[in-house]
Formats: sequence, C-alpha cells, structure tokens
Amino acid sequence: MSAISRVFERLGGEGALVAYVMGGDPDLATSGAVIDAVVRGGADILEVGIPFSDPIADGKSIQAADVRSLASGATPAKVLDLVSKARSRHPGVPVVVMTYYNILYSNGLEGFLERAKAHGVDGLIVPDLPFDEIEGYAPLARRHGLDAVLLAAPTTSPSRMKAIAAHTSGFLYLVSLTGVTGARQAVGEGALDLVRRVKRSAPRVPVAVGFGISAPEHVGAMLGAGADAVVVGSAIVDRVERSEKDGTAAMLSAVEGYVRTMKAATKGA
Amino acid sequence: MPRRDPDYPAGGRFGVFGGQFVPETLVPAVQELEKAYLAARKDRAFLGRLDGLFRDYAGRPTPLYLAANLTAHAGGARIFLKREDLLHGGAHKINNALGQALLAKRMGKERIIAETGAGQHGVATAMACAALGLKAEVYMGTEDIERQKLNVFRMKLLGAVVHPVDTGSKTLKDAINEALRDWVTNVRTTYYLLGSVVGPHPYPVMVRDFQSVIGREARSELKRRGGLPDAVVACVGGGSNAMGSFHAFVGDKGVALYGVEAGGQGKGRNAASLIDGRKGVLHGMLTYVLQDDDGQVRSTESISAGLDYPGVGPEHAYLKDSGRAKYVSVSDDEAVAAFHLLSEKEGIIPALESAHAVAYAVRLAGKMKKGRSVVVTLSGRGDKDVNTIARRSGYEL
Repeated sequence: MSAISRVFERLGGEGALVAYVMGGDPDLATSGAVIDAVVRGGADILEVGIPFSDPIADGKSIQAADVRSLASGATPAKVLDLVSKARSRHPGVPVVVMTYYNILYSNGLEGFLERAKAHGVDGLIVPDLPFDEIEGYAPLARRHGLDAVLLAAPTTSPSRMKAIAAHTSGFLYLVSLTGVTGARQAVGEGALDLVRRVKRSAPRVPVAVGFGISAPEHVGAMLGAGADAVVVGSAIVDRVERSEKDGTAAMLSAVEGYVRTMKAATKGA
Repeated sequence: MPRRDPDYPAGGRFGVFGGQFVPETLVPAVQELEKAYLAARKDRAFLGRLDGLFRDYAGRPTPLYLAANLTAHAGGARIFLKREDLLHGGAHKINNALGQALLAKRMGKERIIAETGAGQHGVATAMACAALGLKAEVYMGTEDIERQKLNVFRMKLLGAVVHPVDTGSKTLKDAINEALRDWVTNVRTTYYLLGSVVGPHPYPVMVRDFQSVIGREARSELKRRGGLPDAVVACVGGGSNAMGSFHAFVGDKGVALYGVEAGGQGKGRNAASLIDGRKGVLHGMLTYVLQDDDGQVRSTESISAGLDYPGVGPEHAYLKDSGRAKYVSVSDDEAVAAFHLLSEKEGIIPALESAHAVAYAVRLAGKMKKGRSVVVTLSGRGDKDVNTIARRSGYEL
C-alpha cells in the first residue's frame, strides 16, 4: 500500500486535505517554509508544483506562481531536492508532484521517475496527460513505486470515468468544473452531482476534488456529496504572492491559518 | 474510422509525433471534433460548399507564376511562385479558416475562438466568421499587437473581438495557451479555430487537408505545363502553408521538399524548432520544441511574427525524421534581402514569412541546372510588414 493510500485509510471517514505549493515560489528557501506552514496547518497530503513555462490548465494565480518560481531559478532538480528535504522533515505527509508532461518527457521519462522516487515523491499529477496518452507513463510510474494520479472532468463520459477510476492510483483527481485552476466564489450544484456520480460508479477509489475550492463551505459541500478529499491550490498560492508586500513571516502565518481553517472543515461540522 | 485511410494518421500519430496531450476536460471536445471532421471530409455537400467558398469568396485557384526576372537573377532552375498572396485577406490562412468555420457551423457551434501571431490567421478567421454569420474572438500577444497594428485594426473592422495576451513571451505561443484556457472553460459552446498544423489531433491533419489545395493546384498546373517540379519550397512556422504545399507531392519521390525555418539572429536566437529544437510536448502535441535543458519552452526570435513559434506541426517532425523533407533556415537579414529582391525584380511585395522561402529558393535555384524547376509558395503579401521594413531602412512612415 502506498503512503497516499495509507493516509486515506488512517483518516477513515474524515476528509483529507491536499494542499498545493508551487516549488520555488517565491524562491526555493521560502517555498520550503511554506511547505512547513501548510503541514503545521494540518495538510494531509502535499502537492508540490514543478514550474512550467506553458501551464495551459492553470488560471492566473498559478500562472503567476510559475513565473515567480522560474524567475527565482527553480528547476525540476531543485524542486525535487526541496521535496526530499520536506519529506524528511515531515515523514508522515506524502508528496505528489504536479507538473506538465514536457517536464517529465524532456528530462527522460524513466530517469525522471527514478529521480522522483529517490527524492521521496509518492505520486504524480500530470494535467496535460489524459487517459488516452498514459500507456507509456502510468505503468512505468507504478513500476517505480509512484502513484500515477489520473484526472477526470465534468465532461468525462460515464464509461470513460469508470476506466479512469480503474486505472488511477493513490486517488482520483476530480476536476470540479470546466475551466482552469483558480479560486471561485461558490461551488456549483453541477460539481456536487459530479462527485455523487463518480462515487456511485467507483465507490472504492478515493476521490479528491480540486479546481475552484477556496472556502470552508466548499469543503463541507464536497465532502457531504461523498468526496474523500479536497485539493486547495490557488487560494494558498494567492497568499504566498502577498509575501512581497506583507513580508515572509506574515505570509507564512496567513498560509498556516488558512490551511488550519480548511482542515477544520474536513472534520465535519 | 471504418477503413484505413493512408491519408489519415492512425491514432492521431505521425510516427511518434502528434497525439492529444490536452487536459481531460478537452478530450471529449477533440474527440467530437474528430468525429465531425471525419464525417465532413467525406460529405460531398460540405466539400462542394467549401469549393464554392474557395472559388467565389477567397479567389481560388491562385496563379502559378513563372518569375522570369528572379529566375535570371538566381541563374539556374526556373522559379515558380504559387501566389497564395493573392487570396482574399492576403494570405493562405483563409483556406483553413473557411474550412473550419464551415465545420463549426455544421457542428452547431456559434462562438469561435482563435489565436493569431502575425494577425493573418486572426484576420482570416474574422473574415470567414463574418461571411458565415459566426462570432469571432481572437487571442493575440501584446508584443504581436504592437508590431502588427494594421491587422489588429482589420480584425476589429471585420467585427472580431481581439483579446490581448500579456503572459509569457506575449507572442503566438502564449496566445495559443490563452485560447486553450478559454476552450477548457467554454468547451461546450465554443469552437477553437486553430490556425496552423499544430495542436492536438485532429488539428494537424485537418488543417493540412484544408491547406492541401495549395499543392494540389500547383501540381496539376505544372503537370499540364509539362511535368512535376524538382523542388517545392515553403516557409515553416507552425507549418501550415508548407504542409499544404508538400502534401500533394509527398508521394512524388523525385520532388525534393524544403521547409524554411526562421533563423532569426542565429544559434539560440531563432524560431527554428526542427533545426535547433528537440522532442517535447507543447500545445497538445509531441513534436520538436525549442526548449532549455529542463524542458522549459524557450522564447523565440524572428523578424517575422508569423514564424515566431517554438513548436512545429508534428507531420513536419515526421517528414524530417523520415528524411522525406529537408529543413533549412534563413536569417532575418537574408529574409529582408529577399523581401527587397522580390519587390524590385518582380513587383511583388511578399510577407516577411514568405520572404524566408524566397531567399532559400533563390539560393537553391542558383545551384540547380537551367532545365530544372522550383516551386516556392508565396504564402502571403507584405503590406502588413511595410512598417517593419521602413523602420529598418530608417524611413519614417
């Protein structure tokens, strides 16, 4: 059983909080401190981004984080080092790396997977690698002991959803809306129906819902509909962005406080 | 696909290149598009309607002009110009825009989005949408908006909305990123009218098919006049006019195919993806990509906005690796010299993109025997570039 699966087992009925941090945003050292703040706030699983020049699935917040991270000199190798250190500071918190396929491909797919595993990465999320293109990747990732987390979306057909759920490992990343990442005001009724539909068709696969989730009410609604976890990204990244204006200490405490509020929401009312 | 069609890439792949590397949200959309396109390309009514638009709206067929003065200047093979610059809108882009706009209409999509670099695809999309009663929104990098003001205004005159894109390198690559993000968000109502033989399958094959009229016309005209050419030359950014020019000749083993990339200012400062890039995944396709050692996409450099793209169509990547086509590059300075040369020798002002092809064709023809012939695709006219050239010549307009 992978470290990610163990988290879901340990939590039982309680929802898991997956917290996203862009590696190297605003610089490598500070992003290490952001990871610590997120863990102190209660994140169950860490999602660490490796920046990419052309993040087509991301909205303005994470695009800006890509730019800051790349400008600070972050590279795939340096972000893997960051993960390795975070993993030894927080042995109980598994890490999934989120990046675009060119970063894997261009760094030599198998070599990249080996290095990721050696640096303590537990799983990978690749948003521009849909189910039809995973043949060369997912089995290889699993062979290296990494969970290949697959994504499903509101436009995914029921039969395709079943197939994706059958092939994902760690959890199923359910994109809650048709759109890019980014904090939204409210969670639509459509998103809740989607969660119910997925849980009905694949009751045994842990489902983490992401995209647009930024408030405790969203967490309650998603878990109420049957989700096993929520992913929070842009709302954290937006707080990290303010470090330039407010200073690092204030930013870190804002991040920690925010994650604590979101984690509290996973424990139910 | 019920039967194997040699003209259609199995699984959306040209060898290892191509594919559908898009977010899951878009997968049903590209599948729906492929289904619609496969039906349309066999539908006589659709093809008849498109032929009618090509003829009566765009101005096809375009002439194949024996450039006698340019031939004499080069001192070797005869140089024929395939005059796509004479099309409505001033470039080959209208072929694809009409084809896809007609397909969008057939699919019942009313909102059209597009990206543009030099602005020619944006203008062509705006024209096709106006003619077919569709609404067009065009994404364009702010750097390109600055250097192609004329085309921005033309799009607005044609009723299109232009969305400035201020991210990344602020050029074509980022306009495509933004169009993809729009498509992910509005996928159920929106048709993405992509302007080159790039992006996820089926775009590379579909855009090639709509552009392949260029090579078909040139081939049959030359056969009528006595025989196939010895070489076909076209410029390559994303590569749509080149794929359109090459496609009819790929089976003619005696015809050499040359794609001319933007050499810009030299090594590391160009837009020559096939020559200076390595395999990677960008904008939904596996192809040659200009990128650094980590896989970050590099910013490109070319005097011509239409060639300023760090990727290239996957079928070109395939033709390169298989050896069927040869890819070369021409620098900014050489392209500008060819721009002046064609203007003075033939009274034809070419687009800076096309000037790259002209520059190489002159070089090539000069090394060939007099009885030989070279077809060069003049993909667009140069009115849009007159400001750039004037500034370079120290001339205030």
